[in-house]
Amino acid sequence: MLLRTAWRRAAAAVPVSPGPNSTAPTRGLRLRVVDHATQSDVPSATATAPQAESELRPLYMDVQATTPLDPRVLDAMIPYLVNYYGNPHSRTHAYGWESEAAMEHARQQVASLIGADPREIIFTSGATESNNIAIKELESAIQPDTSLVSVMTVNNEIGVKQPIAEIGRICSSRKVYFHTDAAQAVGKIPLDVNDMKVDLMSISGHKIYGPKGVGAIYIRRRPRVRVEALQSGGGQERGMRSGTVPTPLVVGLGAACEVAQQEMEYDHKRISKLAERLTQKIMKSLPDVVMNGDPEHHYPGCINLSFAYVEGESLLMALKDVALSSGSACTSASLEPSYVLRAIGTDEDLAHSSIRFGIGRFTTEEEVDYTVEKCIHHVKRLREMSPLWEMVQDGIDLKSIKWTQH
Amino acid sequence: MAASSRAQVLDLYRAMLRESKHFSAYNYRTYAVRRIRDAFRENKNVKDPVEIQALVNKAKRDLGIIRRQNAVKIAPTQRPRGIPPQSVRN
Repeated sequence: MLLRTAWRRAAAAVPVSPGPNSTAPTRGLRLRVVDHATQSDVPSATATAPQAESELRPLYMDVQATTPLDPRVLDAMIPYLVNYYGNPHSRTHAYGWESEAAMEHARQQVASLIGADPREIIFTSGATESNNIAIKELESAIQPDTSLVSVMTVNNEIGVKQPIAEIGRICSSRKVYFHTDAAQAVGKIPLDVNDMKVDLMSISGHKIYGPKGVGAIYIRRRPRVRVEALQSGGGQERGMRSGTVPTPLVVGLGAACEVAQQEMEYDHKRISKLAERLTQKIMKSLPDVVMNGDPEHHYPGCINLSFAYVEGESLLMALKDVALSSGSACTSASLEPSYVLRAIGTDEDLAHSSIRFGIGRFTTEEEVDYTVEKCIHHVKRLREMSPLWEMVQDGIDLKSIKWTQH
Repeated sequence: MAASSRAQVLDLYRAMLRESKHFSAYNYRTYAVRRIRDAFRENKNVKDPVEIQALVNKAKRDLGIIRRQNAVKIAPTQRPRGIPPQSVRN
């Protein structure tokens, strides 16, 4: 098969790159150098067992930060990276036509997932760019009293589902534009832009097992929502987002959306079961654990737990075999407690001890059990070391203590 | 073309499971095996031959995807720390 031969040649030419041997501990990621000698250059279709796994890496439990590519997505993308490399805006030859066809097919796949018309989907570089386009709309409003409501569909820190349909109804009755950042929700819970009366929606590729660097914005046509372009140039994407559309990336986004539509129910059921397993096991074995976020309106794949009397950063460092996060990845460099937790009224000390567990399509029961076991072990160990915990065990009410200044 | 027989469906099932075990990434391997088992189990009582043929065709396409993706071996193999090897239960 022509494709397989070409790919095999390409694979033989690319050297396997070793992971960075970092001296400073990057959170959750310690790679051992891969042994090149054992890597075979020619992949054999008749290999019996997987190659000796010479590289150990942490378990991945941080799907809210990003997700791995689904194999079906990569399979859809590869032809457009290797063979069908035309510019989709070239009008004069087959390379352009086939690339354009793929782009429009991907547009249809994205639209179908959210109940939209393909003409209402504009490809962007990600949900952040989509958010910026949507919010800039506010500045190009015609009437002085027109405004915009912007709400996250599913929160990325605590997994809470916002009442989008209700908000949509209110906005449409008041003639106010409604934008939602659906990066964490698309493909995971059913969305329909018409049922929810959404005017603008941001979509991110790498949150739904698609490639990084691509996203989309949904812009309603009836009634027309006018947006101002962030970047100007050759007028691509109906003038709303100039720049050559990256065909392999949008093909990946489209494939990810189609796979998500097919797998939504199965994934949701399985992730709910695993989430239940994780929380039940932890809560059964450890006292003073709080789940942040409304348990009723909650997406199961994002579990945010606060472990009282344990500092979140130290727990993350202790769980070095599991890739986890405490709160938002975007603000991970700072040690400020999460604004989301503060907003829902979490106590300052509980906000500092929160960990976010992400369960996704590829998470296994084994990984959940391992994570739970390590988490329980380290929380117990850290609490043993904590003088606050000791005081609580002795029956002292921490809130009654007057801490003296030295 | 006659609809696929029970034997053909079982052959396809076995071929898919066999190919899935070649995934070098733990998460892909476990997902493929689990998903294939659950999908075939879920559809085992389908009687309509047209529907059966549609499902078989989709399965054949997915088998193609698994085969092609196993040929992509440029990424280093990886196993989560703490999970013993050969952990896919049969």
